[in-house]
Amino acid sequence: MSPPARFKSGDVARFLNSIGPVFGLMLVVGLFSLSAEVRTHFFTGTNCKVILLQTVIVSIGALGMTLIIVSGGIDLSVGSAVALASVVGATALVNGHSAATAIALTVGVGAGIGLVNGLVIAGLRMMPFIVTLGMMGVARGTAKWLAGNKTVNAPKSSINNLMDMLDPLHFFPLPLGVWIAAVLAVIMAVVMQRTIFGRYLFAIGSNEATARLCGIRVGLMKIATYALAGAFFGVSGLMQMSRLAVGDPTVAIGLELDIIAAVVIGGASLNGGTGSISGSIIGALIMAVLKSGSQQMNWPNYVQEIIIGIVIILAVALDKFRQRKTAL
Amino acid sequence: MTPRLRMAAVRKSFGATHALKNVSFEVAPGQVHALIGENGAGKSTLMKILSGACLPDGGQIELDGQRFVPRDPLHARRSGIAMIYQELTLAPHLSVADNILLGEEPHRFGWTDRSRQRAIARKALSELHHESISLDAPINHLTIAEQQIVEIARALIGSPKVLIMDEPTSSLTQTDTRNLFAAIDRMRQCGVSIVYISHFLEECQRIAGRYTVLRDGESAGSGDMAAASLDDIIRLMVGREVKDIYPRHRRAPGKAVLELRTLRGTTKPRSASLTLHEGEILGIAGLIGAGRTEMLRACFGLDRIEGGKVLVHSRESTYCSPARRLGQQIGLLSENRKEEGLLLNRSLADNLTLTRFRPVSRLGLVSRRRQRQRTQEWMKRLDVRANDPDQHVNELSGGNQQKIAVGRLLHHDASIFLLDEPTRGIDVGSKVQIYKLIDDLAARGKAIIFVSSYLPELLGVCDAIGVMYRGVLSAVRPVTDWNEHTLMAAATGQSEAAAI
Repeated sequence: MSPPARFKSGDVARFLNSIGPVFGLMLVVGLFSLSAEVRTHFFTGTNCKVILLQTVIVSIGALGMTLIIVSGGIDLSVGSAVALASVVGATALVNGHSAATAIALTVGVGAGIGLVNGLVIAGLRMMPFIVTLGMMGVARGTAKWLAGNKTVNAPKSSINNLMDMLDPLHFFPLPLGVWIAAVLAVIMAVVMQRTIFGRYLFAIGSNEATARLCGIRVGLMKIATYALAGAFFGVSGLMQMSRLAVGDPTVAIGLELDIIAAVVIGGASLNGGTGSISGSIIGALIMAVLKSGSQQMNWPNYVQEIIIGIVIILAVALDKFRQRKTAL
Repeated sequence: MTPRLRMAAVRKSFGATHALKNVSFEVAPGQVHALIGENGAGKSTLMKILSGACLPDGGQIELDGQRFVPRDPLHARRSGIAMIYQELTLAPHLSVADNILLGEEPHRFGWTDRSRQRAIARKALSELHHESISLDAPINHLTIAEQQIVEIARALIGSPKVLIMDEPTSSLTQTDTRNLFAAIDRMRQCGVSIVYISHFLEECQRIAGRYTVLRDGESAGSGDMAAASLDDIIRLMVGREVKDIYPRHRRAPGKAVLELRTLRGTTKPRSASLTLHEGEILGIAGLIGAGRTEMLRACFGLDRIEGGKVLVHSRESTYCSPARRLGQQIGLLSENRKEEGLLLNRSLADNLTLTRFRPVSRLGLVSRRRQRQRTQEWMKRLDVRANDPDQHVNELSGGNQQKIAVGRLLHHDASIFLLDEPTRGIDVGSKVQIYKLIDDLAARGKAIIFVSSYLPELLGVCDAIGVMYRGVLSAVRPVTDWNEHTLMAAATGQSEAAAI
């Protein structure tokens, strides 16, 4: 047996793993630019801006979801949490509260929902899938109840500037929301890779029994993870409210699936223990580029759905293939 | 006589790795052939080839004189090759009878024939002298040893020509092992050839007629078991002399660091009392399921304590979380490396530094460079054969994985080590290194509890030994008061009265 050779091939596979999503993004952009008519429009600054703006909500949600999936969990209540957060924020504005209060409430509602999820999952040792499936209904229902089953039309406030393409105040050359997403992503990447909290997350997702053996307070970590992720979903809700300028209790249905898809395309495993912030963001970008490209190709909506579905399966299949190589 | 199974110059590579370079051996009908080798010597690859899980690159395999290349597991099984893996492969929620006949259910018009199924299952169990196992019990209600028996029963129902057993006794008690050997004997008399893979050389000597030693993917030697001494075989396995398997520095036990007083868990242990001193290695013998693991887990805060006391450095501290125990510089090595001991799909560096990030952090952020540096130091000191600290743990062999798990306790700078079966399933070379390491630790004043089912190592390494029997730890006595016979008697309860 010659260990060096074996381990070299492992290194190669790991390298491929880390650049895989980037390569996927380049491939998607490359394919769309094959068509001359799309190309002229595709690479304009405006189009890039639109793509980035469209991906803000999914990206910020993916930051939270990456935490959860890396720790071996899942959260199905994201779409409902986003809707509830946006309704609460809009209602606060309607009732004459300041924008700052509305922002705090929106993020707080997200974090609160996450906290409850975490408490139930850790406290009762229940499957995250079931708990968050239940929460999906509870949060959606509460949103409809609070909003009286219609959209809440909030008065114009500075919140609307977050996602406004034409906002004169916006930070060169992108809307503020994009910058917020970018800054949060950088912070979370450092948190995941370099802090003890981040290392513990990977440990719990990789093997909970080992984590417990190594003195990690697994229950507390889970509660913190779901609550922190919930705060990110609250920020997503804020962006949602900013974009539509209303609080809509029926918005973001199925958003959690887009977010999970982004995280999985970015190389995370639903078994936990693997995944990265950069991968998840690139996963979200891949989906946004696909959507934008399909629109410019004038493909009907269903083609777009089929393509994104295939991409999800392909991404995970490739991942399996690479893992088999690594495991030899 | 034509050999039942003959392999000649079999080769197999995975990429640039030559897992098998040149393996040859023969098994006669009705012969037990021991296949011996360190982990990574090529035993598992050889088994994969025989069971059809992968194809050889070259060489010849003959079954009853016919050229035979198993295409896939079903082909191998239909051709009469049965396999019993070390890791159990049973469906935990199905019943014993269902498991024994899984994939071979007797059926009529597409309906399973329950009564025939039960009859076949019962017969298979009685051949192993385990009629007591209920056919309807779900597998997850059985003990590990009983599960192993079910696994063997499943292999028997196909009336195999060649039965390959990989470490079949690693989780069996002495009695179960005796029953297994009796069953092997009967199968042999029926003409079944048995390839017996085990780390327990004494066992191989007892059961096997011939042996072949594999080393680095080659057959290093073979011969009649009766004519070989253990030393000869070990020399063939490691390719060098192994001197002083159990090293022993002069140790000077100091003051008491850990005391258990009639410690009681939810079911086990029922009552465990011991006193562990600085610079002492205290062995715990006992059968599987006697409650040794549970005692360590309760003591470490992983399982609930229902009664009794734990004293650390003579101060009572009975109810503590694992985090607090680690804070008291107590470390636990799990008996279950894969399921509990290690993060298999994380790097060596993460695994080693998991309980103590402070020395590898700066300004609250974990430094990858320092993590790698630290890990490299430990890899060197523990002789871990791996390329890189960023490699995943599951790419290493069992022995090297265990060194990483032990390394974590060393990195944590533990002063009290609770070691649960630290040498289970690892090769002889690594075992000796671990014995040496434990001896060094004790010489430097660390206190060690050493739980093991392998009596020679307990007698070789420990200063004092206690025996656990049905949840009760009785009479810790100096090692000089024990021998294998008295230990086994105490572990099986034959001298319970005498021990108390």
